[in-house]
Amino acid sequence: MYVAVKGGERAIDNAHAWLAEERRGDTSVAELSLAQIREQLKLAVNRVMAEGSLFDPDLAALAIKQSRGDLIEAIFLIRAYRTTLPRFGHSHPVETADMACDRRVSATFKDVPGGQVLGPTFDYTHRLLDFKLAAEGDLPEAPTAAPRQEPTPHVTSFLRGEDIIQTEPHSDAAPKDITREPVAFPADRATRLQTLTRGDEGFLLGMAYSTQRGYARNHAFVGELRIGTVAVEMEIPELGFAIEIGEIELTECETVNQFKGSKTEPPQFTRGYGLVFGQTERKAIAMALVDRALRWRELGEDNVGAAAQDEEFVLSHCDNIQATGFLEHIKLPHYVDFQSELELVRKLRREAETSTAQEAAE
Amino acid sequence: MSEYNFAYLDEQTKRMIRRAILKGLAIPGYQVPFASREMPMPYGWGTGGVQVSAAALTPDDTLKVIDQGADDTTNAVSIRKFFQRTAGVATTEETEQASIIQTRHRIPEATLREDQILVYQVPIPEPLRFLEPRETETRKMHSLEEYGLMHVKLYEDISQHGQIATSYAYPVKVEGRYVMDPSPIPKFDNPKLEMAAIQLFGAGREQRIYAVPPYTQVVSLDFEDYPFEPTKADHACDLCAAADSYLDEVIMDDAGGRMFVCSDTDYCRSRRAAGHVGRLGTEAPLSTGPEAA
Repeated sequence: MYVAVKGGERAIDNAHAWLAEERRGDTSVAELSLAQIREQLKLAVNRVMAEGSLFDPDLAALAIKQSRGDLIEAIFLIRAYRTTLPRFGHSHPVETADMACDRRVSATFKDVPGGQVLGPTFDYTHRLLDFKLAAEGDLPEAPTAAPRQEPTPHVTSFLRGEDIIQTEPHSDAAPKDITREPVAFPADRATRLQTLTRGDEGFLLGMAYSTQRGYARNHAFVGELRIGTVAVEMEIPELGFAIEIGEIELTECETVNQFKGSKTEPPQFTRGYGLVFGQTERKAIAMALVDRALRWRELGEDNVGAAAQDEEFVLSHCDNIQATGFLEHIKLPHYVDFQSELELVRKLRREAETSTAQEAAE
Repeated sequence: MSEYNFAYLDEQTKRMIRRAILKGLAIPGYQVPFASREMPMPYGWGTGGVQVSAAALTPDDTLKVIDQGADDTTNAVSIRKFFQRTAGVATTEETEQASIIQTRHRIPEATLREDQILVYQVPIPEPLRFLEPRETETRKMHSLEEYGLMHVKLYEDISQHGQIATSYAYPVKVEGRYVMDPSPIPKFDNPKLEMAAIQLFGAGREQRIYAVPPYTQVVSLDFEDYPFEPTKADHACDLCAAADSYLDEVIMDDAGGRMFVCSDTDYCRSRRAAGHVGRLGTEAPLSTGPEAA
């Protein structure tokens, strides 16, 4: 006698209990604290904040702990949390020229006003496993210098003085908010940039790399890459003026791209732009390259049919929360649809066999 | 879960979703873009249906959630639990008792009434998507009522296979205007799309809501000489002997033994309770509790 499978509810509860145990691991090993994750896995925290679209290192650390280090799962936890938060308003645009830079490099000039500051970078480290880290110990203190007090001008502003780089159209119009309005195509640049900045780092890296290898090649120089903190100011209606509500860490990348001119534009340098929460350098550079590739229409370039030029393709597929959800949903039961396919295939086979038999008989 | 609003979403979001639902009802079969929210379950797991249900639920409602026709499939259990926690509404497994039914891949066998709402979870709302991947193009095709591509696809099926080789998510035309994806229900369910209840379709990841108002004409696409044919396994239910319900095929052993049972678990249960016994059924109806063996 067949009895339909039941007990889904108990199975789910038991699975979650087991998951909690696995998350904790061997209890003889000390438990990770959120502060440890926040301080020592900072780049993971940054990625979760960037793609989760919520600047809160403590919550990101909690999400990483809860997700057992699965960063896409952690990003998902943050997104699901952020969507429940009330929206009080919006800040003034942040002034990245006033950024307190921890790192600031330009690949286009040997030296620039404000200087080249390497900052805490993996660049030029030799990728040799450091076995000393396996044994916990004290660190020698890093040398320090007095921080620069004055604003650090953008490198592209020097090119603008010479009128050799494209000028961006100025607008004070409020940009659309992709978390409040569905994205429609063609999308304006603000919508594209919003989507890219929370897009999956791996996806954008692959897209950007494809432009470097010739799929809509547009040779990019890193005009400037800067990482540091900026003040966030917000107009408070009750006060009638803007006050500083906090500081956030950002990575900003402006690329300078060769451009030989098109039917509509003179020869000049053009730009790609990346701006991402936290120290997220790879993502910011990738974002700038993809942004530049997506600008072919406004610059009068040819669409060569490359994936990175196709805004509907890029914007519809760069969100890892959408992508992972839909990918993994195929684990859910589909036996009703499969049953209808079974019947169809059986019927098609029957008919194919009958007609073959008939042909053989004739 | 008092830290969340009734049915999880805040009132402004529900209002935005209700406006999309009303627009959908006003233009049957038209896909209304809406600002879908991230939900605490993954995209592709019913977030569209959950948002539509959340916007439609009132504290007096009785909710039923099914997946593949069954109340006890894991994701149906999970979604039902979500609304129990966030809305505290009454839930039921009985189709008759429910005022809102959220479903994935099936329409219940029992005839639905005017005071009921059927909410579908939709993965890909665009019926033309696998013929034309671009949203910019498919929206244009809908606005121009340009459905030739779909007819060509159905015609090519017939020329290659002798029949239309679509067995689920079979496209329909609503009230003579919009071609609509009825979500991946088996085509057996298509004739039921003309019903007394309100039908709402939610696609969370794709940010679309659409609707079929009560008693709206819904025609499955076909040709005069190749009329639409709803199909099911050519058996009766082995538990309740129903010959009119959609059946799941269950593999019994490794010697190829199989049985067929109603996919609609509540329909099967109520028939057995009324004394119907199938080939492999028992006289006494089984308990319906979630923890029944």
